[in-house]
Amino acid sequence: MEIISLISLWMIPSLIGFILLYGTFKKVPTYESFVEGGKEGIQIAFSIIPYLVGMLVSISIFRASGALEYFMSFLKPVLDFIGVPSEVAPLAIIRPISGNAALGMTSDLISTYGPDSFIGRLASVIQGSTDTTLYVLTVYFGAVGIKKMGDALKVGLLADLVGFIAAIVVVTLMFGK
Amino acid sequence: MVNYIWAALAIIGIVFAAINGTMDEVNKAIFSGAKEAVTICIGLISVLVFWLGMMKIAEQAGLLRKLTNLFRPIVAKLFPEVPKNHPAMGYILSNMIANIFGLGNAATPLGIKAMEELKRLNGGKNTASNSMITFLALNTSCITLIPTTVIAIRMNYHSASPTDIVGPTIIATIFSCIGGILIDRYFYHKRMRKG
Repeated sequence: MEIISLISLWMIPSLIGFILLYGTFKKVPTYESFVEGGKEGIQIAFSIIPYLVGMLVSISIFRASGALEYFMSFLKPVLDFIGVPSEVAPLAIIRPISGNAALGMTSDLISTYGPDSFIGRLASVIQGSTDTTLYVLTVYFGAVGIKKMGDALKVGLLADLVGFIAAIVVVTLMFGK
Repeated sequence: MVNYIWAALAIIGIVFAAINGTMDEVNKAIFSGAKEAVTICIGLISVLVFWLGMMKIAEQAGLLRKLTNLFRPIVAKLFPEVPKNHPAMGYILSNMIANIFGLGNAATPLGIKAMEELKRLNGGKNTASNSMITFLALNTSCITLIPTTVIAIRMNYHSASPTDIVGPTIIATIFSCIGGILIDRYFYHKRMRKG
């Protein structure tokens, strides 16, 4: 487990060092390329504002009214039994459907429970390790006009389930409760 | 589907507040929720700008192309119906590499290109081919090296160690990737037996 923490710590700085070294070696105008690429980042950040505002307002209403607590009290015994915090259950449901909606839920969980809490970490890993299968399928198949998706949806959703379980197991082993 | 979930969350919440007498809390939640969302996005700018900038350097230095060639022999095995030097292969690989580095926006156009080529290989039919299903399984379950946005959100909320989830994320995605490939192979062979 210590090795994983070490990888977490070293991964980003070493990758940055390597990219800069390699770019300089290949005579890429590093600073200018960086600025050019960075401009895209601003666009992306602004374009997700409406997604997040919509989702966070909806979730906030749901939670502040006491509805979330009410519905969670039904799910809790089942999820407790298999060791899943019931707080992350809605995230698992919305993750394959919309990435930005899930991002809203993840931020909500992190702000409510704290980034370094068990739930905060679990939500982080779930958000980072699974994908918006339904969205990808809709966009990719839709773009080229495929009407019959075959087993694609089944395969994608089952893979998401594997990722979700793996996230819970890994986070429980590493950070415990 | 997201439309129904989104609307239902708010509607159920408002009805619930009416019964529960929590309308005051709901009122506050509407505006604090909206404000929080914008704060998060502003916080995301720093990491997104930095990361996409770094990736531009990697791309122009030919690093992404190099990685593509490195993975080619392994990935080719999963697509027996795609000829080795077919353009579809190139698009599939570049899409995967973009996904691994958390470049979702760069990955999408490449993925659509790959799908176009795969459709051509399948005689232009409007049903999903084996290769398409494998490609999407790989695409949605593939390994993530740097979960950029998640790190940014953790920083926003003053995590003591925003990157300590990188290792666990890589491990979880390795499992989901292997799982995705195995599940895809299972359905692939099932279809093959049926003829």
